[in-house]
Amino acid sequence: MALCTPIEGVRSVGPAALAVLMSVFGSVPCACAEDTLAFDEIAPHVYAHAGAVALPSSENRGDTSNFGFVVGDEAVAVIDAGGSLPVAREALAAIRRVTDKPVRYLILTHMHPDHVFGSRIFKDAGATIVGSAALGDALAARSDTYLASYRDQLGPALVEGVELLPPDRSVDGSLTLDLGHRALRLQTWPTAHTNTDLTVLDTTSGTLFAGDLVFLEHLPVIDGSLTGWLKDIESLKALPAARVVPGHGPSVAPFPAALEPEARYLETLKRDLDADIDAGLRLENAAASAAASEAANWQLFDAYNPRNATAAYAELEWQ
Amino acid sequence: MSQSIFTGRSRMAAVLAIGLTAAAMSAPSGAKAAEPGADEVWQGLVTDVFEGKPMQDGTGIVSLEAPARAADPALVPVTLSVDPTRHIRKLTLVIDHNPAPVAASFTLGDGAGVTRIETRVRVNAYTDIHLVGEADDGTLYVTSRYVKAAGGCAAPASKDPAAAARSIGQMKLRRFGAAEGSGGTRDEAQLMIRHPNNSGLQKDQVTLLYIPAHFITELTVARGERTLFTMEGGISISEDPSFRFDYRADTPEPFHVKAVDTENMTFAHDFPADAS
Repeated sequence: MALCTPIEGVRSVGPAALAVLMSVFGSVPCACAEDTLAFDEIAPHVYAHAGAVALPSSENRGDTSNFGFVVGDEAVAVIDAGGSLPVAREALAAIRRVTDKPVRYLILTHMHPDHVFGSRIFKDAGATIVGSAALGDALAARSDTYLASYRDQLGPALVEGVELLPPDRSVDGSLTLDLGHRALRLQTWPTAHTNTDLTVLDTTSGTLFAGDLVFLEHLPVIDGSLTGWLKDIESLKALPAARVVPGHGPSVAPFPAALEPEARYLETLKRDLDADIDAGLRLENAAASAAASEAANWQLFDAYNPRNATAAYAELEWQ
Repeated sequence: MSQSIFTGRSRMAAVLAIGLTAAAMSAPSGAKAAEPGADEVWQGLVTDVFEGKPMQDGTGIVSLEAPARAADPALVPVTLSVDPTRHIRKLTLVIDHNPAPVAASFTLGDGAGVTRIETRVRVNAYTDIHLVGEADDGTLYVTSRYVKAAGGCAAPASKDPAAAARSIGQMKLRRFGAAEGSGGTRDEAQLMIRHPNNSGLQKDQVTLLYIPAHFITELTVARGERTLFTMEGGISISEDPSFRFDYRADTPEPFHVKAVDTENMTFAHDFPADAS
């Protein structure tokens, strides 16, 4: 049960069930070489890494998102790529300590840099990149902006060589990938966190890789549609999953309970803004106070809530 | 009159073209434009956009509200207002460090009672924003604000391009009754238009060409027979343009709105006098 690095605690979300889960499966045993990333085995043959709940920086090397991998009888699928090439390289090293089966797929849950900047490492290892049918265009439109803003945040050295690779295979609706007696069910979603959201369900273990459709601890970031997200949460609840790997927060959490905190935040934001818009409040005044009651419940609230509120106001005033 | 509008437009087009070329050569860096040297940029704009005309301090005559730090660089609220006793007929909003600095130019209708227009703009770098008011006698009055924001222009116009394409041209008019502090002499309304108002600063990764800009260039807002204001717009007006404005409260009249974009698509909408 040696951990390469401590799992930053199981954090506040994890009730008793989670603690049991963790003690049963533990994390990847390794000799703790410096160059592997810590992955927890959250179900048999299912692994997840918890990135820091923080803004991307040179200190955390862009390791600010969760990602994972699933090992089938024949092949491995990696779900999301990590937020920089070094982080992805260390993830690949961690995979190699678990299995020498080929990494057949890199599945991207959406377009954001913290989830895709490591793509090239897995592509070079032979993976086929799979993502939403909207992902290629979304990445292309944002490429310059993402690279520029990450150069500012991580420093140029960590961005050198990053390529925003489009999917080789795109999904519009659902797709099942077989890893050898192990079926992964991929599903795209109406615009919510972004317009490229895709989830991966490991049907064998009932583990859902939700990407950023599920946030824990880290304030949810709206880069798609607030109302769309609230609708998607209702549909997500119906998925046959017992646990989820959220896009940010702990590596694993019980499902569908993990949807509750973000649903509460998004509903609060919507309720406050709807009332402000009805009352004729201007955008800047509404954005300054909306969802203030949620501030204590989240990390990075001040970093993201004003932007969420601004974008959501512009969305809701059309309703 | 029509000739002066034409001159204004071609001047703006020239500034826009220069801006786009510069942007194409140096990809938007998102870097912080340093304050030192900002004056030089502004002096260059005074020459290019305002033919080097002298400008008076606009304090108390024109005013500009903008956040010191923008929450979302693609949606920065700005409020332009004028002292109604000073006969300001034209307001030009200039975002110094944007790729196309002239965000919009508003011409206020005679006797329309418009003293305040709020809109939302994209801001691409830490920048001064200048508001220049032109009085009936041709005198220019200037005021400015410094805004910290970055990346708003190069950010994709739409969070959901498919949905944006379906709803293009839809309009909504909200009415708020008496404008604050007007003592009931002016009413307030907000016009919203669905349009991607695409900045044209995103690169197509396959062709390596910039996706063409697509934005509203002309807008006329009238009430009854009277023009409240017209706008010549550039790429810095945010997606789904919004204009909240006051106007002289008198007999109920229907609103007539007409917008034309860079692809010569025309969107017209009438709103009945008493709709809310």
